[in-house]
Amino acid sequence: MARIIVVTSGKGGVGKTTTSAAIAMGLAKKGHKTAVIDFDVGLRNLDLIMGCERRVVYDFINVVNGEATLHQALIKDKNCSQLYILPASQTRDKDALSKEGVEKVLEELSKTFKYIVCDSPAGIEKGAHLAMYFADDAFVVTNPEVSSVRDSDRMLGLMSSKSRRAEQNQEPIKEYLLLSRYSPDRVKLGEMLSVEDVQEILSLPLLGVIPESKSVLNASNAGIPIILDEKSDAGQAYADIVARYLGEDKPHRFIEDKKGFFGKLFGGK
Amino acid sequence: MSTDDQTTAYNAPVLEFKSGSFSVPALILSGNDLQLIEQQLQDKIRLAPEFFKNSPVIIDLKELTRQSLNIDIALITEIARKLGLLPIGIRGGTLQQNKEALDLRIPVYSNNSRTTATGTQIATQTTPDVSQKKDAVPTAMVITQPIRSGQRLYAHGDLVILAQVSAGAEILAEGNIHVYGALRGRALAGVQGNTDARIFCTHLQAELISIAGNYKISEDLAKTIYNKPVHIYLKDYTLVIKEL
Ligand SMILES: Nc1ncnc2c1ncn2[C@@H]1O[C@H](COP(=O)(O)OP(=O)(O)OP(=O)(O)O)[C@@H](O)[C@H]1O
Ligand SMILES: [Mg+2]
Repeated sequence: MARIIVVTSGKGGVGKTTTSAAIAMGLAKKGHKTAVIDFDVGLRNLDLIMGCERRVVYDFINVVNGEATLHQALIKDKNCSQLYILPASQTRDKDALSKEGVEKVLEELSKTFKYIVCDSPAGIEKGAHLAMYFADDAFVVTNPEVSSVRDSDRMLGLMSSKSRRAEQNQEPIKEYLLLSRYSPDRVKLGEMLSVEDVQEILSLPLLGVIPESKSVLNASNAGIPIILDEKSDAGQAYADIVARYLGEDKPHRFIEDKKGFFGKLFGGK
Repeated sequence: MSTDDQTTAYNAPVLEFKSGSFSVPALILSGNDLQLIEQQLQDKIRLAPEFFKNSPVIIDLKELTRQSLNIDIALITEIARKLGLLPIGIRGGTLQQNKEALDLRIPVYSNNSRTTATGTQIATQTTPDVSQKKDAVPTAMVITQPIRSGQRLYAHGDLVILAQVSAGAEILAEGNIHVYGALRGRALAGVQGNTDARIFCTHLQAELISIAGNYKISEDLAKTIYNKPVHIYLKDYTLVIKEL
């Protein structure tokens, strides 16, 4: 049985797609057969960040509607043979997805994949609901600002009441906090919430802090998931996150100002 | 009464319409086997005969409708009456069922009319669940998960929360409220008018607190009690907040 991970946030533009691409690649590179699904119907972003936009023939909606088989629609990643991408449709609207359709696709994927990563659209409407409905684990991507934290809280509430696990009285979805676009200098200036602030408000286990980093934009322009840029701080942050998720004990990094003396000595700790 | 000398007769009003809100138990059906329903209902009533005797009840058909199971309104109301209940309405039924009900002069309530029901659930498809016995009388509702922004929780008795209540969440209880964690949202105790209801919490950061309709908003709360363990009660219609 596959483990279904939803990458969600409520608020838009916080780094869900960046995170989905990075962790899917990270899990695949560790040898786990992984599929990553773009639930953002109508926008189609994931294939750009994964650098496979020119190889899209069929998409998620085609599979849901029976117009293509899963096998036809899945795109094999060019960097990692364990990773497959199921792109969203750019031409349909979000009503094209149904709970039954999504369930069918996830069930079929579950037969052969170890992890299924669902890149949720922003908001709390249908698309975001479907992306989280069948999840086992939730990666809640939050930026260190009040509105993002509040939206994450809202999303957590929905997951605890409107998911399949909640409706069937099963063990709840396992929720993890990913604090993204963090910059210690701005926290120091009081312009951003600190890790402790966010954790106190959300009371969630912290899976990792991803620093604000120019390398993210460069990577996404190049169509390469940031985790493959092993020199970048954001890439390392995602590598840590994948390792922690898989049970490795890694101390948290990127919380303190990296320009400090000790930071330089210990590689950004 | 009237002292004017006009010729038209003046009658003092003998009636008026007022909206009221009453707490009525809902009988939530999840199966349509009449024999099973009768048997399980009888078992439940036996647990608290005084509680159910002549009790008004709303028959909730939402789950049946969801499962496309039909049930005859005349027959189900007859069963309820036979067992001493007084059905005063249905909700969540199909158009056909609504019509049947109205033909029998039984009111039809809208599904989302803010439920005042105490939710006595009857599961007739699965094997009877013994744990449901506790539904018969409202006792404390105990919640161990955080109440998140946008969530709303209503308890017919006391409400005990062993986690945080986020900003933007709302908890309501007809009885007392206890929050063992940060209370950042809105907390309303004694919502059916119980002025003896109280609120207890370990970390007061609430957006609003209210007892029997007497409320204070975050701005009214003194800084000295912020994030403190407190006990809130009503004295002469004003809220008193005491540090614990
Ligand atoms: N750690 C980071 N440092 C700097 N920029 C980042 C970081 N993470 C994401 N970004 C940038 O933020 C923008 C939004 O990222 P992304 O598309 O991943 O967010 P999203 O949550 O998927 O957005 P949407 O809600 O629109 O789907 C992109 O331009 C991305 O390059
Ligand atoms: Mg996105």
